[in-house]
Amino acid sequence: MRLGVFVCHCGSNIAATVDCAAVAEAARAMPDVAFAADSIYTCSEPGQEAIVAAVAEHGLDGVVVASCSPRMHERTFRRTVARAGLNPYMFEMANIREHVSWVGRDKERNTAKATDLVRMAVEKLRRNRPLTPREFPATRRVLVIGGGVAGIQAALDCADGGLEVVLVERTASIGGKMAQLDKTFPTVDCSSCVLGPRMVDVAQHPDITLYAYSEVAAVSGWVGNFEVSIRRKATYVDWNKCTGCGECIKKCPAKDAPDPFNAGLAPARAINIPFPQAIPKKAVINAAHCKQLTTGKCGVCAKVCPSGAIDYAMTDTTVTEKVGAVIVATGYELFDPTVYGQYGGGRYPDVITSMQYERMLSASGPTGGHVVRPSDGREPQSVVFIQCVGSRDRHIGRPYCSGFCCMYTAKQAILTRDHVPGAQTYVFYMDIRSPGKGYDEFIRRAMEEYGVRYVRGRVSRIFPKGDRLVVRGADTLMAAQVQVEADLVVLAVGAEHAPGAQELAATLRVSIDEHGFFLEGHPKLKPVETNTAGVYLAGACQGPKDIPASVSQASAAAAKVLGLFARGTLASDPQVALVDPRRCVGCLKCLKTCPFGAIREEQGRDGAVRALVVETVCQGCGVCCVTCPQGAVQLQHFTDDQILAEVEALCRTPLPTCG
Amino acid sequence: MSPAFAYYPGCSLEGTAVEYDRSGRACCAVLGIELTEIPDWSCCGSSPAHAVDTVLSGALAARNLGLARQGGFGGVVTPCPNCLVNLRTASRDLDDPDRRARINALLSTPCEGGLPAVSLLQALHEQAGPAALAAAVVRPLAGLKVAPYYGCILHRPPGLMAFDDPENPVAMDQLLEAAGAEVVAFPFKTECCGASYGVPRKDLVMELSGRLLEAAADLGADALAVACPLCQMNLDLRQDQIAASRRRAFGIPVFYFTQLLGLALGLGRADLGLDRLVVDPGPALRKLGTGG
Amino acid sequence: MTVLDLTHSCDMQFVAEVARESGQNLTLCYQCGNCTAGCPFTFAYDLPASSVMRALQWGQRETVLACSSIWICATCKTCTTRCPNNIDVARIMEVLRHISRREGYAPEKQIKQFQDSFLQSVMRHGRVFELGTMMSFIARSRRLADMDLGPKALTRGKLALRARDIHGRDEVEKIFRRYREGLEK
Repeated sequence: MRLGVFVCHCGSNIAATVDCAAVAEAARAMPDVAFAADSIYTCSEPGQEAIVAAVAEHGLDGVVVASCSPRMHERTFRRTVARAGLNPYMFEMANIREHVSWVGRDKERNTAKATDLVRMAVEKLRRNRPLTPREFPATRRVLVIGGGVAGIQAALDCADGGLEVVLVERTASIGGKMAQLDKTFPTVDCSSCVLGPRMVDVAQHPDITLYAYSEVAAVSGWVGNFEVSIRRKATYVDWNKCTGCGECIKKCPAKDAPDPFNAGLAPARAINIPFPQAIPKKAVINAAHCKQLTTGKCGVCAKVCPSGAIDYAMTDTTVTEKVGAVIVATGYELFDPTVYGQYGGGRYPDVITSMQYERMLSASGPTGGHVVRPSDGREPQSVVFIQCVGSRDRHIGRPYCSGFCCMYTAKQAILTRDHVPGAQTYVFYMDIRSPGKGYDEFIRRAMEEYGVRYVRGRVSRIFPKGDRLVVRGADTLMAAQVQVEADLVVLAVGAEHAPGAQELAATLRVSIDEHGFFLEGHPKLKPVETNTAGVYLAGACQGPKDIPASVSQASAAAAKVLGLFARGTLASDPQVALVDPRRCVGCLKCLKTCPFGAIREEQGRDGAVRALVVETVCQGCGVCCVTCPQGAVQLQHFTDDQILAEVEALCRTPLPTCG
Repeated sequence: MSPAFAYYPGCSLEGTAVEYDRSGRACCAVLGIELTEIPDWSCCGSSPAHAVDTVLSGALAARNLGLARQGGFGGVVTPCPNCLVNLRTASRDLDDPDRRARINALLSTPCEGGLPAVSLLQALHEQAGPAALAAAVVRPLAGLKVAPYYGCILHRPPGLMAFDDPENPVAMDQLLEAAGAEVVAFPFKTECCGASYGVPRKDLVMELSGRLLEAAADLGADALAVACPLCQMNLDLRQDQIAASRRRAFGIPVFYFTQLLGLALGLGRADLGLDRLVVDPGPALRKLGTGG
Repeated sequence: MTVLDLTHSCDMQFVAEVARESGQNLTLCYQCGNCTAGCPFTFAYDLPASSVMRALQWGQRETVLACSSIWICATCKTCTTRCPNNIDVARIMEVLRHISRREGYAPEKQIKQFQDSFLQSVMRHGRVFELGTMMSFIARSRRLADMDLGPKALTRGKLALRARDIHGRDEVEKIFRRYREGLEK
């Protein structure tokens, strides 16, 4: 065997604390190494070409690159060796950046450690075997979870690209947070006028199946072949019969049900359609508040429904869908401001959230677009906006910036002046974050054209004085304690993860970050992928995002799914478990421990029972390998033989003395 | 019967706040909370000590914690928030080996650890509670509009005090309501009264206590209820000074909350010490038909 | 107003000393102003709390130690309770007050005199003798104050005329003595 070793400087990232030339020199003395060199950037085009040239010139059978993490460039170099005519698995990577140069300062010891890692890689490579991926068919259908603007965009892009789409929405209508908004920044165009037609497109698209008022209950399978069970929650209304006429709502006597669409600004009836443009426009009964369902005495909606759609006996049902990919677009939730006792949210009726204010501004909202104080219905003459409520605050465990509050606050302050001419508006802020296109100009307009008074400082507390509210804060630019008398206070609440995100992440076997948002595959290079093949992210489920960013990511996720299915078949990863039938005794312990259901029981021609790995299902986790009492299951590319060779290579060399 | 507590009255309760001491002990006795005064207790150093040095302050408080530990008590009750802060801070420091060594270097008898300290308000709220109190009420405070004023440090910082809501405390509200009083939503429950600056910087107390009295007056409160000797002194003893500086007469009596609870529990004159209040509580109490 | 020379005027040793004594990470402050906003004494401060924090971050030793705010602060802990970065601002103010006192600053003379009178009374008697504290303060400050309050308190039995020493007054006195000896070392 003739092997090549390439030691990368990574500019000064590695070379500053590792003697790369010395590592290459040491590698030349290792068994089977026919060629070794160091280069400044091995991943660059000349760096890769040097590998290709060396393979040809020295007749190499395999290549070791000592550089960064395999997460960064393993795929890069596998493609390089493939271009050089080798099997891509005749390649090993030694991570001498994250594991050596970035964690140690002592150049001598770093060099020794880097040499050890290269020796381990060489010993493993000497035992590598060419591996070949298998092709398998994929279900050209995609599941989109969440029907907000990101989910809608992803669903339409996928469907327009020729895929069948299953869209699951937890609430009774698609539209998400955007449907609740009155206007959008920085154009101040009508939110439902922008979103409404897209919602209708979803409803009318022949390739989109919409399950509203439904939740993903379970997911099994793997990329290309997922099986999803969807729980359709009981609506107590037969949607095939319901025409959305609204007669039932008018007559329903239970008038105290919560109305999440109006952010609690007004109550709803127990039978309700969340908003006039709802898709689907179908009624749902809130079982906890329905008199018929709680006491058995009412039945008014059933009597008045002209199409006989009411069905009090309805129960949850489950449907199963087969899809090849999943796009998560479950969005975000707004921060609950009652956490801050000093702001009096929940105690003082005229302290409201930004979403409540948004519903107040909306012509289809509970006040018909009139800005009024919830306490007495008067038009406020002084409105104070407080930013960073639930953002950038370690004290309450939310250290991150929610990103969009600066912009929506400026929009709401501007709209206030349109709705109540002459009203004075104040915004307490810490920093204004407006890096989007046209965003900072929008903030300037609020100040310059609309006379919104910006106060640079946080608010300490709010207290009532007569029928007004005193907002006490600081103007740090003046180094002064300041206070403003307000008729209405709007808390610019930040974003947090959607409820149930953790459970959904577990169902999908993807990760969430420390704040409960879904974790992307790589913050820069895989922003829409997850670490589970075939599962993608779109919108604010991955982190706070405004509408343009959510839509962009949704289209990106759709492009990834369309790309995944572009060839009709998928290539399986050959780094999977393989059972040696000669050693397997058929105990099937592996079948019980496999977390992916990738092991089948099979009867051989000799009649004996043996385990069989379904290659396309196996995720290469290795649990079966350590379970097998016979050592009959081996993970390809990580066999016992290969791993022990690495361990031996490490143990054979004397450890450098410390100090 | 609740466990027996060591009782640390604090210096004020022997002097300017003697009625707080009497009424607090009497309420506890009626509600079955056993208090045993720490023998030969000394001053905790109050705010001047921690203004000078944390270890000095810690040692002054620790002497008392040591005495309570020797007495075998599992906890200390103190009516005074200033004492409470010092006892709690010292107790936390005594649980840290390094800080304990620095404190013990000043003490004649070392103190080997902390002891949980709670306010009298917390003890009454947790050991008796609004329901038990309501059951024991013989003379409800019906018709009396009370503004509950907790003072600034009774609940702060929340990490150290770990009781009630630091921004909108409700323990006193609930006890006063259980006693039958009408509790007004006082917005300045936790704003500072000016603390011990009455003597060296009277202007500060005039401003801060002035804000409190004005808010109570604007809300139409018949009385203020307090839980701190210093707050009571600033609002009651200095009320004439404040009235003069703000050119506004108040005439708002400032009760210790234990006096009001005691009134509802039917305690006698000697226990209540109402005659020690500077602002005449008579008009307010006549609303109850008790005549004061 | 002069140019603040950030190259030469930052006393980073002072910053480190305050950080060590208070146990607080001063870099956490992002100047939101919440401490200034909530502080009941801001109206009386020469430097608002957030400005004290900023001056401290820039190592402006003299500005910070000579300001009267750190003496007026009553440790009500509103700042500590509301700081979004979990900084114990009241503790920092207190540590600054300790250093300021140790180094002979006393921009608020009467506050210092009152504290001294109070502690002297504790040292002498084991508990505070309120009337004695007042007399001592009047002697130190040469200022008659609150003469209107005496009769009010006396007639209501709120003011003891004679001090009563506790049995363990020696122990208390020793606390102060050992503290002073420690300072001198």
